Amino acid sequence: MEQKALFEYVLRMADDSLILGQRLGEWCGHGPILEEDIALTNISLDLIGQSISLFDLAAALQGEGKTHDDLAFLRFENQYKNVLLVEQPNGDFAMTILRQFFFDAFRKPFYEALCKSPITQLAAIAEKSLKETRYHLKHTSEWVIRMGDGTEESHARAQAAIDHLWRYTHELFYEDAIDAELQASAQVPSLKAIETSWLETVKAVFAEATLEIPANNWKFDGGRQGRHSEHMGYLLAELQYMQRAYPNMQW
Amino acid sequence: MTLAEQEKRFQEKIDNEIKIEPNDWMPDAYRQTLIRQISQHAHSEVVGMLPEGNWITRAPNLRRKAVLLAKVQDEAGHGLYLYSAIETLGADREQTIDDLHSGKAKYSSIFNYPALTWADIGAIGWLVDGAAIMNQVALCRTSYGPYARAMVKICKEESFHQRQGYESLMVLCKGTPAQKAMAQDALNRFWWPALMMFGPNDAESTHSEQSMNWKIKRFTNDELRQSFVDATVAQAELLGLTIPDANLRWNEERGHYDFSEINWDEFWQVVKGNGPCNKERIEARVKAKENGLWVREAANAYAKKRAMKKSA
Amino acid sequence: MSNSTWPLWEVFIRSKQGLNHKHVGSLRAPDATLALENARDVYTRRSEGISIWVVESANIHATDIDEVDSFFEPSDTKIYRHPTFYEVPDGVKHM
Repeated sequence: MEQKALFEYVLRMADDSLILGQRLGEWCGHGPILEEDIALTNISLDLIGQSISLFDLAAALQGEGKTHDDLAFLRFENQYKNVLLVEQPNGDFAMTILRQFFFDAFRKPFYEALCKSPITQLAAIAEKSLKETRYHLKHTSEWVIRMGDGTEESHARAQAAIDHLWRYTHELFYEDAIDAELQASAQVPSLKAIETSWLETVKAVFAEATLEIPANNWKFDGGRQGRHSEHMGYLLAELQYMQRAYPNMQW
Repeated sequence: MTLAEQEKRFQEKIDNEIKIEPNDWMPDAYRQTLIRQISQHAHSEVVGMLPEGNWITRAPNLRRKAVLLAKVQDEAGHGLYLYSAIETLGADREQTIDDLHSGKAKYSSIFNYPALTWADIGAIGWLVDGAAIMNQVALCRTSYGPYARAMVKICKEESFHQRQGYESLMVLCKGTPAQKAMAQDALNRFWWPALMMFGPNDAESTHSEQSMNWKIKRFTNDELRQSFVDATVAQAELLGLTIPDANLRWNEERGHYDFSEINWDEFWQVVKGNGPCNKERIEARVKAKENGLWVREAANAYAKKRAMKKSA
Repeated sequence: MSNSTWPLWEVFIRSKQGLNHKHVGSLRAPDATLALENARDVYTRRSEGISIWVVESANIHATDIDEVDSFFEPSDTKIYRHPTFYEVPDGVKHM
């Protein structure tokens, strides 16, 4: 039973990484300046790399002889368990950076805690990914600060991105029976403490950036249960195109 | 020293394979030719990201997706190495980019052809990077130091680009009939544009002779094109693909392959902006620069505020 | 410089412990922090470095090309600074 819960748990992580990596990949060749184009692609590459390790682990836990590609490409939309935040469209540079910042500020303390998991493969993935994530968070924090405390226009764009994305951040800390089961046996960390750490990071960076947490605390979720936004279908149509059009082939 | 003496000393350096460095005296025409050639090359790297970049979101598996991301990102890096070489000549990178956007500066015409199928990604790696490498390996010994050093770095990094393309086509050619047909179709569409990458015939090439004397170019267009054809025929055979040229055959006497005349009308039309994707490519680059304007301004404004706080 | 143009920075990388930082190229960045991050992403994609220096190009001072002779030729004639200037009989070891 625990095996099943762990499979679902790893799949959620893998989907978060995959879908956000896919979104960032759309920037490649279109960045605001060449140097930043390269930086965004680096983050995308790290996330795709993380998703491969996580899907491999998920496939092993599932025990049906599937590959990471089977899991990544051949599920229906409601079987993807990523949070809604990561599937949101890139929008402008502010939207992309804020989406990434909210995610990194969650992933860093999450991986730090997960490094202590008794599940050695998961702890190993967390340890490797933590190094990457620390850098991502540093980079996105730098940009949030520069946009917030830059020009009037950049400040307005950054604040608009925050106001829009805030409703999706709550879901990063979504917990259900799967989490409860794994937390009961101390296999994975509680997300409560991570939420506190996340909020501290957000407040500290926003303070320096002269940006504000929205007063409207309306929240969305559904991704963890497979209920996605309209954007997800289009994202998957591209992601899965080759595997669906040419089934059962090697590439 | 008189101008003639300086020119003589300059040419002696070049003849003795002594590299020219940024602050050295150089004829103005040498500087302008380099700026034109290197910026063309840099623009090609950056515009070249677009056709392949189209397929990042549609790559057929995660390994291919990561490889393609890394490759397209390398091209951004290579563009940057080259822009950085141009800046040593006193040219302004943003100005050269504006010249690209206004149509004044050129880039390799091959990127005006569409990438329609996944096999095109393989064909681009194999043929387009293959053709580019022919050129670039020769340029590692070019006379201008920063350009030569950039090329050495680029060649080192590019070696995986051609291989991954060939490997990916090999998988298709060993796959299902549909996959093999996709590979053949990609070769059919990219073969001639790849040959055009070497530029006009030597007789038609306006800059060739002076560039050879200055060792900015080390081989002529036709020499490089011939080396490319000679190297590629066997590679196509190994894939089991047919090069779309009925006149392609080994010439014992010359020790080279003979091949058909390139469709030069098409070549000049595409150079002049009438290729299938010229408009889209430039539009995409202009849009990236325009959409990035507020971002670059914001970072500068922030830096200025910080500097003022520090000095206050 | 327009408001949207970032200054130019020169990048130096130490490839491993025990070696000097070596000039590898340049890039554009609005400030030192992002110059370091950009240098990391642009110039160390293949584990080329363990330490990076960035210097704004405007802060680099170089010798004048017109003074090359007076700067560097005088040392060409001081051959006695090089060990090969001195003859040592065969058989003398560890020198």
